[in-house]
Amino acid sequence: MKHDLIILGGGPAGLAAAIAAYDAGVRDLLIVERDKELGGILNQCIHNGFGLHTFKEELTGPEYAARFIAGVRERNIPYLLNTMALHVSPDKVVTLMNRTDGIQTVEAKAILLAMGCRERSRGALNIPGYRPAGIYSAGTAQRLVNMEGFLPGREIVILGSGDIGLIMARRLTLEGAKVKVVAELMPYSGGLKRNIVQCLDDYGIPLKLSHTVVDIRGRKRVEGVTIAAVDERLKPIPGTEEDYDCDTLLLSCGLIPENELSREMGVAINPVTNGPRVNESLETSIPGVFAAGNVLHVHDLVDFVSEEAAAAGRAAAAYIAAGDAERHEIPIRFEGGVRYTVPATIDPAFVRDALTVRFRVGSVMKNRVVRVLMDGEEVGKRRRQIMAPGEMEEVKLTRAQFDAHPALGELLIRIEEA
Amino acid sequence: METVQLICIGCPMGCPMTVTMENGVVTSVTGNTCKRGDVYARKEVTAPTRIVTSTVRVSGSKTGAVTVPCKTKTDLPKGDIFRCMRALADVTAAAPIRIGDVLVPDVAGTGVDVIATKDVE
Repeated sequence: MKHDLIILGGGPAGLAAAIAAYDAGVRDLLIVERDKELGGILNQCIHNGFGLHTFKEELTGPEYAARFIAGVRERNIPYLLNTMALHVSPDKVVTLMNRTDGIQTVEAKAILLAMGCRERSRGALNIPGYRPAGIYSAGTAQRLVNMEGFLPGREIVILGSGDIGLIMARRLTLEGAKVKVVAELMPYSGGLKRNIVQCLDDYGIPLKLSHTVVDIRGRKRVEGVTIAAVDERLKPIPGTEEDYDCDTLLLSCGLIPENELSREMGVAINPVTNGPRVNESLETSIPGVFAAGNVLHVHDLVDFVSEEAAAAGRAAAAYIAAGDAERHEIPIRFEGGVRYTVPATIDPAFVRDALTVRFRVGSVMKNRVVRVLMDGEEVGKRRRQIMAPGEMEEVKLTRAQFDAHPALGELLIRIEEA
Repeated sequence: METVQLICIGCPMGCPMTVTMENGVVTSVTGNTCKRGDVYARKEVTAPTRIVTSTVRVSGSKTGAVTVPCKTKTDLPKGDIFRCMRALADVTAAAPIRIGDVLVPDVAGTGVDVIATKDVE
């Protein structure tokens, strides 16, 4: 079997990419989804707040997904459910497996990686103590409550103040559980301010910043956890331990792009994002392999996932039409607290009408200005009253700016005090 | 005179704000950096509302779904959230269900319908 484009993942990124690729002329494409339905993580995100940028209204996760699923169905874009991509070779042969067809290999002219991300697990956090039942990642608890109809526990402690943990604090409270405390290792929350207010403050759930779990009690089931304050070097401070009785510990300690397939096929990974290094077309180090959404870098808002994935879908369509081309990429340089940029490199010849460069900062910074310089000349600036690691930033560049610098040698994004 | 402490949700700045009220009327908002904080604070102390999202049980789903997600069609006074949740605890909806179908009309006497947010076959 052969296709022009295979999209790995039927979540928000895969759906938006498929629609955009189709609308850019790709007719022979296939979405591969391992779950039993399209929509990905949105299916379990039943809270509202999605789509403010895209649709100018506040939708729940399933409603947001339904609009893109409808777009895929209207175009008759084929998709496989309950199907796992086991392997992708560097020459774009995809090995798929499901219960009806067994193992099959499919060749593609272009591949779009849209596998999303995974939660950091207890094993990755090095929490001491026994290994009893009752320790879940926040997303697992979310799936249990919202899709499977189970309450994972009655008395809950949450470690990590990522958005899923905050959302679950409220959700479990509404379902009758008692959420005793949310402990966050860092001196600031990784979640959106709105979620701290509406998920914790609304229900009187305390948030303890610069605190972590230092012990888990219980042999068969969690019986309690010990929380302690940490110093500037994030080490627990002896004497600050506090015991909480609980039957459940939720972990909401960050997300990791799911790039096993990408690594296996030899895609270069950015160690800062744990996602592929991509150029202006969101193309990885392997020509014709594109990436978008949380597999590329973890997003806060699905609207930006959809936007990014649509750009990747259009770029994949252009690649399928034109084939391999000679490229002259320059890296995007950054200074002043930027941790990474997506894309990491650009070939100005391939920039269409506009280019969005997304980035994150490494710490909370107030009263700053973001400057964009082309060969030392300022082409754009943006005042930012506040920037935080938990909120993705972006700068938009136009075709005209690149045209005005035909021999562009350096693109620099710099944050300065305003 | 009564004062309420709030954190603004308008942006990541999270301005800590103090609202002063007299006989239920806002007399001053301080601590905010911009107009959005003022608007949010006045609404939040006088008539805070929220959209409630939850799930109800499903029967007869061909795809094996056991729950359907739902939401209140409009926002509810904050004080009505738990009454709404209690009313949803006993509801079972029969598949097929379409997005927007009313699952519970006038939930807990609030005048607000609870509607489905996902298709269930």
